[in-house]
Amino acid sequence: MNYYKVQKLKSHLFIACLYCSAAFVLAPLIMVIVFLFYKGASSLNLDFFMNLPKPVGETGGGMKHAIIGTFYMVGLGSLIAVPLGIVCGIFLAEYGKGKIPNCLRMASDLLTGVPSIVIGIFAYTLIVVPLKGFSALAGGVALSLIILPIVIRSTEEILKLIPGHIREAGLALGLPRWKVIYFIIVKGNLPNIFTGVILAISRAAGETAPLLFTAFGNMYLSYSLTGPMASLPVQIYNYAISPFEDWQRQAWAGAFVLIILVLGLNIVSRLIVNRKQLFNKK
Amino acid sequence: MKFINKQDQINFRLMQGLAIGVVVMMIIMILLLVKQSLPVIELSGLSFLTTDWWNPIEEEFGALSFVYGTLVTSFLALLLASPFSIAVAVFITEILPDKVKPIISMLVEMIAAVPSIVFGLWGLFFLAPFVQTTLTPFLKSTLGFLPIFQGPSFGIGILTASMILAIMIIPTITSICREVFKTVPNLQKEAALGLGATRFEMIKLAILKPSFSGIMGAMVLGLGRALGETMAVAMVIGNQPSINFSLFAPGSTMASVIANEYAEADNDIHLSALCLVGLLLFVVTLIVNVSARTIVWRFGSNER
Repeated sequence: MNYYKVQKLKSHLFIACLYCSAAFVLAPLIMVIVFLFYKGASSLNLDFFMNLPKPVGETGGGMKHAIIGTFYMVGLGSLIAVPLGIVCGIFLAEYGKGKIPNCLRMASDLLTGVPSIVIGIFAYTLIVVPLKGFSALAGGVALSLIILPIVIRSTEEILKLIPGHIREAGLALGLPRWKVIYFIIVKGNLPNIFTGVILAISRAAGETAPLLFTAFGNMYLSYSLTGPMASLPVQIYNYAISPFEDWQRQAWAGAFVLIILVLGLNIVSRLIVNRKQLFNKK
Repeated sequence: MKFINKQDQINFRLMQGLAIGVVVMMIIMILLLVKQSLPVIELSGLSFLTTDWWNPIEEEFGALSFVYGTLVTSFLALLLASPFSIAVAVFITEILPDKVKPIISMLVEMIAAVPSIVFGLWGLFFLAPFVQTTLTPFLKSTLGFLPIFQGPSFGIGILTASMILAIMIIPTITSICREVFKTVPNLQKEAALGLGATRFEMIKLAILKPSFSGIMGAMVLGLGRALGETMAVAMVIGNQPSINFSLFAPGSTMASVIANEYAEADNDIHLSALCLVGLLLFVVTLIVNVSARTIVWRFGSNER
């Protein structure tokens, strides 16, 4: 009898440990978010969105230029990577056998695993060296290199789930293959494909490392494609490691805006998936 | 491939062209990276990897301290993260009721979605003071006889960087472990319970043991993520290019040195040295990722 009691106790202890470790893992996330609300939301005001930075020593000022810069470069990156990624994903799902698709698959897997800082170096050698200067274009290309493999992967995974008989039904109606691909398979799964796209964009929006020495950052509002451009993450980094109290406060506010942006996009994409699953169940 | 329809052929060729374009781009980028780092290979040769003297002004480059920093922080992070990640994966798959499951697993995946700069900010202003004022005295009083827990603590340092890294790789390891645990057949679990095993024994015998190689694969993938993590580490590690055996001391990793010096490097040889560090990092993560995939893939094919 005693033996069983010991075994049971062990089991209960183990399960208690599991509960504790789950709490332990989630604690940092909760702490980060609470900290951000506490420090970031309190220093957030309309000035933050409407103003440019003030010179050192003066309090106030905002990150309008960085917010616009982030949208600008993420937009640029998605403009390059999203169509290309979707087409490549379709190619892999529909014509997925042979040498070229395998090479593409390998290349995109490779690109997924590349550390983001090395992607920055790639963009540097590709754009900054020939143009001889930091530019928003280089930042956009760097972000597109982050978006591209995620979009390729997710598009391929989603389109592979479509049963073959749907393709066959289209072909049996006498449609050419390209019409089947674009008007039946892709069109019917656009929401799912866009889930992957949104996830990829949300990842790119939070990336700092590839922008450090491609877009570099500045303190003015700039729309120039070939000039350096500020972005929210880089601005946060520069402010966070600065010794000025007011800048650190603004770094928190910036981080708060960034996390709302990133987690917001993330949750939206998850909601799309969840709603889809709910419909399928009914 | 043969096509009856002309439009189909055009469509296929177009897609193929884009695919080849992406692959060629990738190859060009790697070649450019190699080309950029050639000058410093000629200058330093093998001593790049064997010395830890990094002096860009005198054009002396030894990256050993960065390699050391990267390896120590990543492995320490793995050591801290894997027990928790495996426990959470078991917790989500086995203990939680079905209704709560998606909420908790979404929260864990949210950790991966938080940008690393935000973790860096939090690490700099919350974790570093915590390590300095609470954790360090505690470790010194309990384990202070070990050489790795000696020396002064400034809050920022290898230990803080590892803790941040551990938090960041937990979701990676957890999600792959969950996939692995899902492949364990229900019959196996029921058989263990039917033989009178407690829940703990069932989890140990029926889930963890057969999933061993899958868990290893998950851990190696987590390592791959930790190796390349840049911003959070750059903000809390202290950025000092030296080898210190104390975990409280500041250090430097391959990624953090690139992040700190690349934009400010003014002579070509310095840039080239940083490119070589990047190339090194690229090759290491490549090897780690490929081996992880091989382990996971072999695990998957064994099951079927």
